[in-house]
Amino acid sequence: MELKFILESLLFSAQKPLSVKELRDVLADAEDAEDADATAKPFKKTKDEDVIAALEQLAAEHETAARSYRLACVAGSWQFVTQPEFSPWLRALVGVKNRPSRLSQPALETLAIIAYRQPITRAEVEQIRGVNVDGTMQTLLERGLVESTGRAEVVGRPQLYSTTALFLEYFGLGSLEDLPAAEELRRIPVEKPPAPVTVDPGLATVPPEQLQLNAEDKMQNEETAAAPAVEIPPATNP
Amino acid sequence: MAEYKVQFEVFEGPLDLLLYLIKQEEVDIYEVNLTKLATQFIAHIDLMREFDLEVAGEFLVMASTLMYIKSRELLPVEQQVVVEGEDEGEDPRWELIRQLVEYKKFKDAAAQLQTLEARQENVFPRLPGKMEFQSEAAPAKPEVGIFDLLNAVNGVLQRFKKREGDAREIFEDKWTVSEKIEFILKTLTERDSVRFVELFENAANRAEVICTFLALLELIRLKQLVCAQPEPFAEIEIRRAGQVVESAETSPAIKPATAPEPVPLTEISNPQPASHGT
Repeated sequence: MELKFILESLLFSAQKPLSVKELRDVLADAEDAEDADATAKPFKKTKDEDVIAALEQLAAEHETAARSYRLACVAGSWQFVTQPEFSPWLRALVGVKNRPSRLSQPALETLAIIAYRQPITRAEVEQIRGVNVDGTMQTLLERGLVESTGRAEVVGRPQLYSTTALFLEYFGLGSLEDLPAAEELRRIPVEKPPAPVTVDPGLATVPPEQLQLNAEDKMQNEETAAAPAVEIPPATNP
Repeated sequence: MAEYKVQFEVFEGPLDLLLYLIKQEEVDIYEVNLTKLATQFIAHIDLMREFDLEVAGEFLVMASTLMYIKSRELLPVEQQVVVEGEDEGEDPRWELIRQLVEYKKFKDAAAQLQTLEARQENVFPRLPGKMEFQSEAAPAKPEVGIFDLLNAVNGVLQRFKKREGDAREIFEDKWTVSEKIEFILKTLTERDSVRFVELFENAANRAEVICTFLALLELIRLKQLVCAQPEPFAEIEIRRAGQVVESAETSPAIKPATAPEPVPLTEISNPQPASHGT
């Protein structure tokens, strides 16, 4: 008997998403049962990695089969879910999902910053967004998408915020690793461009005498303004 | 003009407005002309004022930063002041661009989260109903309440009512509740369950019945015993509730109901005075 099919059968009839640990417990319980079948024995001490590998293989197989449902990992627990394109019929069958209203743009931006940079203080979020986030933070805390997870060891010991398991569930993410472009946004600072940012060509980047430009030259400069700094045409152009 | 008003309301902050202006210019953030941007930004703020929109403080801070950058550009590089307390070589232009690029990335990430949010609304999990056939084989027995027990003991007492009649006899109290507790527990170690009336079969008079009944209530209170009726109006069955006690002495807080001799109180663990369940 293959492990992945055992897991598949469990997830097929489970009444809630099952974590790797829960699945392992079931494998152990099956062997401990009084009327245990001999086939249950080899799976008693299945390792976490083996369960995860089997689940991932199973999920890939379902993906390839392109069925109307797939095996999804949400907040570390696995379950079968339908593909989103079948929602019109599912809504007719089971009704509209009981979900809170969609998040506003500021709330999403704030949440994105916390998700990628957690744990993070309120001030750091404000630094990135450039605006006060008191209101949106309150909303996110009330909805249970973020939570306070300690205090930063800096002056004033401000609170640090992180996303919750509900956040992963709400967006259907298996873990924080599944965030889009997680690698890029995590902690990597923005690369400084090789050339300094452009200004009006003819100003600070050239000798002071260039400040006395005639009207014609000024117009010329404005046309080239959008060009990168390295391509500044000589200011003495006719 | 009304068109502008709508646009202002969607700007989340000065960075958002700057990104909007850069997008209009159709240039890369790294290649943007900050001097021009500063002029446009301030023009927008003026427009906001014109519409009586409250200009948030953050916009004014950004406007001053842009003005500083713009004024700084007017000086040749060697004459530009390095702001005190700031890291040497920290170019305010670079600082602003860095902030813009970072903000832009998170704005894009927020848009992706929004897509995920909408997608998740349309994802339905498989949730099978509870499997009925897995439920316990034995159907749940109806609970036996205190009134069921009182009715039952009344029935037993009827026996003695007739026998004793009006004649009153005075006799020694021979039975204690603790004795009867021992008796009940002993009976139940020999057998799995005992019928209610069986406990009173050998009772000589009312006092003994009452003693046994109080013992029973005490054991139920201490969660040593459970009463169950296999079906409504059937005989009440008494069985042990899991853990086993060695003897009545370990049952805490038992006081004799009728006997003068006290039960040893050395092992009292229950601070409540025994109420004998009534």
